[in-house]
Amino acid sequence: MKLIVAPAPHAHSGDSVRKNMLNVIIALMPAFIVAMIAFGWGAVITTAVSVCSCVLFEWLICKFLMKERSHVGDLSAVLTGLLLAFNLPCNLPLWIVVLGALVAIGVGKMSFGGLGQNPFNPALVGRVFLLISFPVQMTTWPRPLGFSGSYLDAETAATPLYTLKNAIKAGDSSILDELPTLWDSFSGMIGGSLGEVSAIALLIGFVYLLCTKTITWHIPVSIILTVSLFAVVFAAIAGLPVCTFLGTTLCAGGLMLGAIYMATDYVTSPMTHCGQIVYGIGIGLIVMIIRCWGAYPEGMSFAILIMNAVTPLLNMYIHPKRFGEKKK
Amino acid sequence: MKIILISLLVLGLTGLLAAVLLYLVAQKFKVEEDPRIDEVQEVLPGANCGGCGFAGCRAMAEACVKATSLDGLSCPVGGNATMTKVGEILGMAAAAAEPKVAVVRCNGTCEARPKTSVFGGTRSCAIMSSMYIGETNCGFGCLGCGDCVAACQFGAIKMNPATGLPEVDEEKCTACGACAKACPKNVIEIRKKGDDAMRLVVLCVNKDKGAAARKACQNACIGCGKCQTVCGSEAITVAGNLAYIDADKCTLCRECEKACPTGAIHGMNMPIIEKAKAAAVVEDAPAEGGKKGFDPRCAAIIKSLPTPKAAYPNMLKMAQKK
Amino acid sequence: MNTFRIGGVHPHDNKEFSAHKQIAAVPLPQKAIIPLVQHIGAPAKAVVAKGDKVLVGQVIAEAGGFVSAPVHSPVSGTVAKVDATTDAWGLPMPAIFIDVEGDEWLPEIDRTADIKTECTLEPKKIINKIQAAGIVGLGGACFPTHVKLLPPPGKVAEVLIVNGVECEPYLTCDHQLMLERGEQIMLGIDLVLKALGIKRAIIGIEKNKPDAIAHMAELAKKHPGVEVKPLALKYPQGGEKQLIDACIGRQVPSGCLPIEVGAVVDNVATLYAIYEAVMKNKPLISRVMTVTGKSVKNPGNYEVRFGTPLAQVIELAGGIPEDTGKIIGGGPMMGRAMQNVDMPCNKRVSGLLFMKKDESVRVEPENCIRCGKCVDACPMGLEPYMLAKLSAAQNWDKMEQLNVMDCIDCGCCLFTCPSHRPLLDYIRYGKGKVGGNIRARQMAAQAAKAAAEAKK
Repeated sequence: MKLIVAPAPHAHSGDSVRKNMLNVIIALMPAFIVAMIAFGWGAVITTAVSVCSCVLFEWLICKFLMKERSHVGDLSAVLTGLLLAFNLPCNLPLWIVVLGALVAIGVGKMSFGGLGQNPFNPALVGRVFLLISFPVQMTTWPRPLGFSGSYLDAETAATPLYTLKNAIKAGDSSILDELPTLWDSFSGMIGGSLGEVSAIALLIGFVYLLCTKTITWHIPVSIILTVSLFAVVFAAIAGLPVCTFLGTTLCAGGLMLGAIYMATDYVTSPMTHCGQIVYGIGIGLIVMIIRCWGAYPEGMSFAILIMNAVTPLLNMYIHPKRFGEKKK
Repeated sequence: MKIILISLLVLGLTGLLAAVLLYLVAQKFKVEEDPRIDEVQEVLPGANCGGCGFAGCRAMAEACVKATSLDGLSCPVGGNATMTKVGEILGMAAAAAEPKVAVVRCNGTCEARPKTSVFGGTRSCAIMSSMYIGETNCGFGCLGCGDCVAACQFGAIKMNPATGLPEVDEEKCTACGACAKACPKNVIEIRKKGDDAMRLVVLCVNKDKGAAARKACQNACIGCGKCQTVCGSEAITVAGNLAYIDADKCTLCRECEKACPTGAIHGMNMPIIEKAKAAAVVEDAPAEGGKKGFDPRCAAIIKSLPTPKAAYPNMLKMAQKK
Repeated sequence: MNTFRIGGVHPHDNKEFSAHKQIAAVPLPQKAIIPLVQHIGAPAKAVVAKGDKVLVGQVIAEAGGFVSAPVHSPVSGTVAKVDATTDAWGLPMPAIFIDVEGDEWLPEIDRTADIKTECTLEPKKIINKIQAAGIVGLGGACFPTHVKLLPPPGKVAEVLIVNGVECEPYLTCDHQLMLERGEQIMLGIDLVLKALGIKRAIIGIEKNKPDAIAHMAELAKKHPGVEVKPLALKYPQGGEKQLIDACIGRQVPSGCLPIEVGAVVDNVATLYAIYEAVMKNKPLISRVMTVTGKSVKNPGNYEVRFGTPLAQVIELAGGIPEDTGKIIGGGPMMGRAMQNVDMPCNKRVSGLLFMKKDESVRVEPENCIRCGKCVDACPMGLEPYMLAKLSAAQNWDKMEQLNVMDCIDCGCCLFTCPSHRPLLDYIRYGKGKVGGNIRARQMAAQAAKAAAEAKK
């Protein structure tokens, strides 16, 4: 009998890349269900097309360009597809969705060498590419009509963030009366990209992620706290109603989706808790700067991408607290 | 039209200004360097292998230019031709160095050296040797994880799945010594290539006593000293249960090869001597045809276990470049 | 509930196989092979030669220095030879071979089961006795115990921390020892307290051993100053530094010994050995080890004389199971997988674990997804992903900067990695290289100093 000799440890937690990806996918399901209720078949079709094309592109690139074993089984492409779809309006022409998937997987991920090597969140790379290339299609959001709505000729609506932006520009708080109620914003009955509308569904997923220890609280909480603080101070100075401003800032747009699911992407976020908090604060500040003074009403994607670029620096300079390290 | 003109003008002027600025800065901060360094570097192979003992080809070129004589400076990759060219540039005579080649001094094929355990950790000789004796009972020979293969920049060394041992492609080998440095067991020797690449080598580094060595590997040198007795030119020394052939003294008579009871001595690039125990002669066996000593388990094990390459592909490349 | 503050993981403890199995004595071997290196430090020097008759408890090899330990004969008989043999990893190991004849003990050893409580020895004498008995830390590191009991000048011990944690999965020998020989351990604690001249001892026990906690707490009532501290489950709580952090909330600085924060740590098995040595004159010649595994027929805790071939212990436990892939000396987290079972039992082997074939093969590594779980898990607050990468790139200087020498080899990083990357393989290798560099530097500095002095 030949024994196997290997260095310790001989036990493993049983954790795997696939399990982690699956957990995030499960955590996204409540938001998907809300999207289905709000936007009907449009949401389902967009998501299905995005996921399928991401998986297909990953498989094709692995097989024919990189000529290595494909890693489709680890579900990371499925997750990228899902997140990409969640960042798109549900009535986007399907060819644009496929194009976004190609950029997300091809440029955002595989060109750097596949899973774990990409500096930027692939889904956001795809999304921002589409946002810049097809600004009209990407910023025309259908009104949530329930499951009866047909796919392409849905009514469109201004998003709450757009209304906020107008109010800031005009310095007129009466514009804010056009906003949907806070409960609508919180539950998801507002215009927006298909996955980002329901803050409550996203928060349910956050609790699930925390319970399964897939992510830690550091990034989402630091982003949300920074944004809240910024919003309160800004509203107070600008003379806008603080409560409405804060509530809309937190619930509308991609803030929750970005903070909980996109910014926490393993590959592109810092490794240490301290670094993660700095990263979160950075995202919070950038997103609020874009929202308050920038040209776009929404800036979550840009904020995350910018901080993605800072991540290697954070990894290099922020180290965890060592055991027995003395404070200097 | 006006807009186009203005933008052309602005861009052109900016470009011109930048060019002037760059030129001035370049002039101001010019580093005076011996132009011959560039010339010498030009004729060096540019592999940056470090075989010469310097950090890279640039460092070697600087050393050559600084040196008062080229003795002791040699480029193993480019060989005498390169050093002659360097000598011409610098107006010095280059000392002729004999061509060398890497020799894997282990013939512990899967057949001759049975595996006693399977290593389940990272397939790296360095890691395996820091942990235990290795997959066989021979504590001196090749571990078969291919650290040398990863270290070679010239693609001159490859694992033969049939034997589980690395093989040197003597055409490609530049004797830079990277493989010898990478081998934790010092199995690889940079040795004189010999006339027509013919040389007699003891393909074993086992210093155990004869019985133990033989038990671990059929092809082991048992230090019996028969080769020493038959050698007419006193080229063979036996120390620590191991014979060594001095390439300077060896006359390639092959008496030792005939006398060796375990077949540890090999005439490389020489016709095979038919003997009673003509085991798989690795170096002469064609890469594909080496099925004789083939142990399917070897190939299966080599294939199934993770290699260091799989874990840190880019890192290995970086380490080589250093 | 207390535990250490940085990192840690929760492996399945799998202790049910051998827990609460009575400690069974293993019969004497026919031929005993006693290794000369059973501890950290200088190897012991053999003082017997071929043909000498030896008794149980007789010194057969004396300590090779201050940080070293003597070796006593665990059997009686004739010395067959003093020669090198191979250990369980195929590496050479000097050893004394003894042909066993009967079981005759040195007369001064008290072999009765009576518990002796009275000790009139001075502290100095106690330490001398411990040193002479060849006692080393039986938790796994095998650091000579007397060295710990003699703090360097300027350092003062304040508290004795007793390691009853046994955080390694599968192993149960310390647990069983606490249940069966708790009183002796308590007396051992008293002896060490006396030797150190201190009044306070804390016994750290993880809460997965409630009966041991209750039993030891009951016994502790009769021993003033001794306190039992139940600890939350977390690996590697049995690590010296982690245990101190868990028990008294102090962190030993990098590169320092526990005495730096006023703590001395000893394993329960070591304390039992100290009791035996001081009160009963019995040197360290046997230990309790766990033989366990999912398909072992009679898993249990066995008291084995050193020098007994492991194969004999295995036979008692029902032989090597057919589906065995790995045999591990120690627990699954830090134990070393063995190449053969020809090695004799010695002070180092705290257990034998048989792992099934399907559990023994590592999953093929995937790309690092930079999840940071290894950073979270590292109990020393290091960055394993980075260290492994640097080791693969052979960047030893940078590794040293990132404190690779703090690594305690606990294996949490590899345990937790979702990509199954061989982090610790690379880190351990790099640590060896960095350690070598540091030693070379120190040697060079010393040589330079000596040269400078010689010039003067």
